[in-house]
Amino acid sequence: MREYFDTELLNLNNQLIGMGTLVEEAIKNAVKIIVSNDQELLEKSREQEELINSAEKKIQNHCLRLLLHQAPVANDLRGISAALKMITDLERIGDQAIDIVEMSQYIKNRNNVISVTHIDEMAKQASKMVTLSIDAFVKKDFELAKSVSESDDIIDGLFDKVKVETVEIIERDKALSEEAIDLMLIAKYLERIGDHAVNIAEWVAFSITGSREL
Amino acid sequence: MDKFTIDNMNLYYGKFHALKNVNLHMPKNKITAFIGPSGCGKSTLLKSLNRMNDLVEGCKITGDIKLDGTDIYSDMDVNVLRKKVGMVFQKANPFPMSVYDNIAFGPRTHGIKKKSELDRIVEESLRDAAIWDELKDRLKKSALGLSGGQQQRLCIARALAVKPEVLLMDEATSALDPISTGKIEELCLKLKDDYTIIMVTHNMQQALRISDNTAFFLLGEMVEYNSTDAVFSSPKDKRTEEYITGRFG
Repeated sequence: MREYFDTELLNLNNQLIGMGTLVEEAIKNAVKIIVSNDQELLEKSREQEELINSAEKKIQNHCLRLLLHQAPVANDLRGISAALKMITDLERIGDQAIDIVEMSQYIKNRNNVISVTHIDEMAKQASKMVTLSIDAFVKKDFELAKSVSESDDIIDGLFDKVKVETVEIIERDKALSEEAIDLMLIAKYLERIGDHAVNIAEWVAFSITGSREL
Repeated sequence: MDKFTIDNMNLYYGKFHALKNVNLHMPKNKITAFIGPSGCGKSTLLKSLNRMNDLVEGCKITGDIKLDGTDIYSDMDVNVLRKKVGMVFQKANPFPMSVYDNIAFGPRTHGIKKKSELDRIVEESLRDAAIWDELKDRLKKSALGLSGGQQQRLCIARALAVKPEVLLMDEATSALDPISTGKIEELCLKLKDDYTIIMVTHNMQQALRISDNTAFFLLGEMVEYNSTDAVFSSPKDKRTEEYITGRFG
């Protein structure tokens, strides 16, 4: 029964996984660019952002069409509403990934700035949180979603470390002040990506239990 | 405050166990919806609330059904009960008489003879049923000439004319077009200020739009009863989930 609707829900799931994969790649590329300043990845990152934006529009239209045609209730309604909210967070992560890429272009003395801070670790942590939140959605795994929320403390802790390290860089060499501030902004973007991953995890919880509480 | 309370109620049609240990408390001035697949017992339960099953041969009821704390099977005269608990059916059933006489029928049965009093009741009931403006110039015309939607609202007005406390509605809009359905749904929302409404519906969206609480029935068992929002957003029982999402069976 409701085979057509079930197929459409499966399509929605696959589209979300696809958008999640794009966002994960965008963060990974951003991380690579921060560390290695790989210029070849720059153009790819911009293309990825456009793909993420169009995936958001496509999924949003799909969700609205399902709401209109199928009048979903119960877990169907929760799943579609959660998807609608999750794509907004995914799209914001995409924006922040490209912001990081653009920002990292201004960092000239990479070796004196990046390598002496925890920014690399922070980026890896943010990327991991996004991957886990998408995984939790795909597997409908409440505990996994909960672990994303719990690991937000790790990224917040790293952010505090980077803050201290940035101050140290400026104190050591005032000529690096501008880079240090750019680095601080990148850290803030990464910290926000962590928050968006937690939002996604909360919507995963909602789609499973009806409450966003983790 | 609960208007109707049903405790440990079982209903048998001969050997067939049609309702199994139903426990249900329905609050005053709220709309309660009964949902479930055909044959689940929801209409049977609705009919038990004004003893419409009394005439069904072999029908036996155990347990308690109380209206404002009074047992309707042991401590209440059936005529008193039916004055307090009106009913509207799936198919509009106007009497083959004028609009006016349809409405005045009940009050006359209860002894009201004075024309001015009957005039007042007819107008008030038709106004309450949101059909006065459409029928005020056709009061002497046959009720059989009205549209389906008008006939159903006339039947609601007729039920209201004896000033009931509870209105039972058994799929009262299932034979109507969306405009008439919309009018009756709006009417229910207004009426619940003064009445307690209990409805059987196959229309999930209708239950969602107007009811405060929903009870889901399956094979004579009341599976789940909760606020309508809770039932339709996060049902607790897997069977409820399967039914309301259309994946039942």
